[in-house]
Amino acid sequence: MTDFSTIPGERLSLFGKLLRINWPVTLLIAAIACVGFVTLYSVAGGGFDPWAKRQMIRFGVGFAGMIVAAMIDIRYWRMAAAPFYILSIGLLIAVEFMGSIGMGAQRWIDLGPVQLQPSEVMKISLVMALARYYDWLDPGKVNRPLWVALALLLIAVPAALVLKQPDLGTAILLGAGGATVMFLAGLSWWYFVTMGAAAVGAVSAVFASRGTEWQLLKDYQFRRIETFLDPSTDPLGAGYHITQSKIAFGSGGLTGRGFMQGTQSQLNFLPEKHTDFIFTTLAEEFGYFGTMSLLMLYALVIVFCVFSVVAMKRRFNSLMAGGLTMTFFLLFSINMAMVTGLAPVVGVPLPLVSYGGSSLMVLLFSFGLIQSAYVHRHPPR
Amino acid sequence: MKLSFIKRKQRAAPDPARRALVLLGAQVAVMGTLAWRMRQLQVVESEQYLTMAEDNRINVQILAPARGRIFDRYGEPLADNRQNYRIQIVREQTEAPEETVRRLGDLIALSDETRERVLKEMASKSGFVPVVVAEHLDWKDFALVNANAPALSGVQPEVGLTRYYPEAEALAHVVGYVAAVTEEEIARDDTRDPLLTIPDFKIGKNGIEREAEAHLRGSAGARRIEVNAVGRVIRELDRDDGDAGADLNLTIDLGLQRFAMERVIGQSVSATVIDVETGDVVAMASAPGFDPNSFVFGISHSEWGALTSDKLRPLTNKTISDLYPPGSTFKMLVALAGLETGAISPHEKVFCNGRYKLGTRYFHCWRRGGHGHVNMREGIQHSCDVYFYDIAKRIGIDAIAETAFKFGLGEAGPLEIPNIKNGLVPTKDWKKANRDESWQVGDTLNTGIGQGFLLTTPLQLAVMASRIASGKRVQPRLIRAIGGVEVTPAPAEDLGVRPENLAVVRDGMNLVSNNRRGTAYRARIEEPTMHMAGKTGTAQVRRITTAERATGVIKNKDLPWEQRDHALFVAYAPVDKPKYAISVVVEHGGGGSTAAAPIARDILLRALYGEEPPLTAYPPEQRGLIEEERLQRALQLQAMEAEQASLNGAEGVRIWSASDIAAPPRPNPRPFDGRLAGGREG
Repeated sequence: MTDFSTIPGERLSLFGKLLRINWPVTLLIAAIACVGFVTLYSVAGGGFDPWAKRQMIRFGVGFAGMIVAAMIDIRYWRMAAAPFYILSIGLLIAVEFMGSIGMGAQRWIDLGPVQLQPSEVMKISLVMALARYYDWLDPGKVNRPLWVALALLLIAVPAALVLKQPDLGTAILLGAGGATVMFLAGLSWWYFVTMGAAAVGAVSAVFASRGTEWQLLKDYQFRRIETFLDPSTDPLGAGYHITQSKIAFGSGGLTGRGFMQGTQSQLNFLPEKHTDFIFTTLAEEFGYFGTMSLLMLYALVIVFCVFSVVAMKRRFNSLMAGGLTMTFFLLFSINMAMVTGLAPVVGVPLPLVSYGGSSLMVLLFSFGLIQSAYVHRHPPR
Repeated sequence: MKLSFIKRKQRAAPDPARRALVLLGAQVAVMGTLAWRMRQLQVVESEQYLTMAEDNRINVQILAPARGRIFDRYGEPLADNRQNYRIQIVREQTEAPEETVRRLGDLIALSDETRERVLKEMASKSGFVPVVVAEHLDWKDFALVNANAPALSGVQPEVGLTRYYPEAEALAHVVGYVAAVTEEEIARDDTRDPLLTIPDFKIGKNGIEREAEAHLRGSAGARRIEVNAVGRVIRELDRDDGDAGADLNLTIDLGLQRFAMERVIGQSVSATVIDVETGDVVAMASAPGFDPNSFVFGISHSEWGALTSDKLRPLTNKTISDLYPPGSTFKMLVALAGLETGAISPHEKVFCNGRYKLGTRYFHCWRRGGHGHVNMREGIQHSCDVYFYDIAKRIGIDAIAETAFKFGLGEAGPLEIPNIKNGLVPTKDWKKANRDESWQVGDTLNTGIGQGFLLTTPLQLAVMASRIASGKRVQPRLIRAIGGVEVTPAPAEDLGVRPENLAVVRDGMNLVSNNRRGTAYRARIEEPTMHMAGKTGTAQVRRITTAERATGVIKNKDLPWEQRDHALFVAYAPVDKPKYAISVVVEHGGGGSTAAAPIARDILLRALYGEEPPLTAYPPEQRGLIEEERLQRALQLQAMEAEQASLNGAEGVRIWSASDIAAPPRPNPRPFDGRLAGGREG
């Protein structure tokens, strides 16, 4: 594959670009967001305030941003990859010093009207940077240890910074997103086997560090993991979230308890019912049909995105879009596994549905990038 | 170009598209797992989680039923449930807590401490928790707040039930009182009554309230309420009010009881009146009394201190919990034992020269010069000690004890009230077992005149008098009806004492009161159809030394109060057809004839007439004095009432008029709202 950065891009009219947008994905995103609005309306006790209305406005803005991002030529995004990455690292370091405290961890930068969460931005920047890196790297050198190590460094720096915040969920997402790009770039299976073993070792090390001076996770994170493994040991303490979530989830049954009729969420037994546990509210009120429908919507998004990746004829495009797709997939599957008691409570919101400003914006922006990669999928003639 | 493409592909990494499809496979597998998990939770195990969700949201609240009320024999209330008018503030419903409290203070009197406490509690508790501002308001204050409720956001006027004892002091010892259940009492409760889990639930702590707790308490109701995660009540799902406790009717005659308490104001006295046919205890006065209402909400330190340090011991029910040597009132039983064993005939005379020699020791008669030759009737009439020393020595302690037990001494008996003392009828075995000494004849002689080891409660003396009067094994009782159903006592069986022997003793008692030379002649009943038969008694509190006896026994009035003798009197009336028996013990009252007999006479007369007896019932020479006494008592009561009224009259300044507010509704036995009981499950 030739380096096309210097070759002028394919000429497309704006209307032509709009036609080439992956409309099924776009419609699916809107559908999922609508599910979010309905659920947010319900958890507010049947009101657009305080969540549903603001979420709709943000979605509207983000949706427009996504279309705009899709229209921008992929070459500009490709050029922006490295500066983005450096800027994001800078922001992550900045929150260490000037970030305000939210939910017991330093995660936010207050920019007046907008609260910026650098770790959210980092998820995109890292994938872009790695895609750019492997686009630049001669495919023949992908498996050379030095070049692998460089890629790992690109991942490790932000992951470590995020972990320091501490935000275990995002750190995992960063690692997984980066690993996906490496995998797509053609890294040998052996590296993944080795890394898997290393990961097991690292987890063991984390647990071994508990109680020592160089403890790697906060106590509450250890407790969350412990109570995940056996929630019944502490039903009213840290295990409360998981237990109540499972009760709410299961009590929904086949058809649910009805819109705004979920006792667990309406009576506040559910924690963080408008953010991390919003899927549980949906499960309680709309039952198995509701949860399966949403899961199907997500699955379709993944399928359409992966097929669009397959259709991309530029290496940067497919690496970036593949990595971002995986990040999206991990977001909703970790969240769903978490609220159904399959994974520990790590604080990952349900993408497009959970209430949240910057995460929704970043998410829609990442879809904008995937769309741009799809719109500009053919290398210039 | 084509060649280089193939060549590159051979050594290059796989195409991203292929790997993307591999990842898609993995992603589909994960989503399949999620789908399986959702099915697991929502289809397979759904029912179980639905149950848990219901457990979460539904709380069962225990409702306290209305406690059974207690009435006297004629239906006068002795323990009632009064509506407790309470004002609460719910913080989250009030716009400005401080302003609300200030406005409330304009309507009802609120102390600075109360204001401070309320504001502090409101700040520290959850917004939906009601904070009690004032309790036990009168209807006027309560109605005032109610009428102004629209201007007082967040203020909740509430009505609960609290125990109230309208008779206050007169029946404190009999009725007892309720107070909050303690941890130990809950632990001791075998029935596991859910009512006890209600915070501050009140149970009977003393008297009938405690003894008849099982009847009075009723059974718990419950209501199921929907609550949210922090326990706020969202709505009531259903409720069952439970069963109210049974009302009780006591055998007590409130009018008589009141009279007895008022008759002995200022003294430490116990007076017990028993219906000799039914055993009904129509009056059980232990003076002074106390106000049981103080105990219901926890008594203050100063009040408690005053009650416990009072030398008249108001907290003790002296009629059942205090023990006194019966003194000469015991002599009827010694006489009966003598007759029953055949050791002496009624006519046999015993010579009394003032003392009785036993070995080298002398036992003295209360009359220094002696009574001369006395038969049994005279022995009782004059209460001659030597006569009874002689009989006691002849028959021995065992015969005396047997008779004493027969007449109800030495055992607590089945009366429905806690803290009854057994008393003590000494026997040879008892002395061996408890004192590790063998019985001496001197002990027998002391017992013969009701001293020595012998101890009785005033109640036992009244039972003894009623058994002498009726010849039957009269059992005293306090509960006349439970839940409107009469309790019929088993008919009293015969005592197994020969009637002619009883008649001799009764004759002796008649002489005591109605013979010009009887010891209680002064305190006789003049009305011939109501003549009283009685027996005086004096119980020594201190030991009289030989030296003192030689120089002359110090008169009671010359001794400090604590060392004076207890004055006792037992009696029944009318002589011909006994209706009531009575015992009166005046602590440190001096002689039975002067201190105790007039009280007994007055109470018996009041019982027989059922109202204030005519002056003609009294001996002519005392009528003036009686009239004067009545007037004094009336004045005393008036003064006390006036004092009470002035205390209640201290009311705060009113801004709002309460003149047009309706009368309070009749208190109806509605269970008060219990608080949350039991924790959330799950």
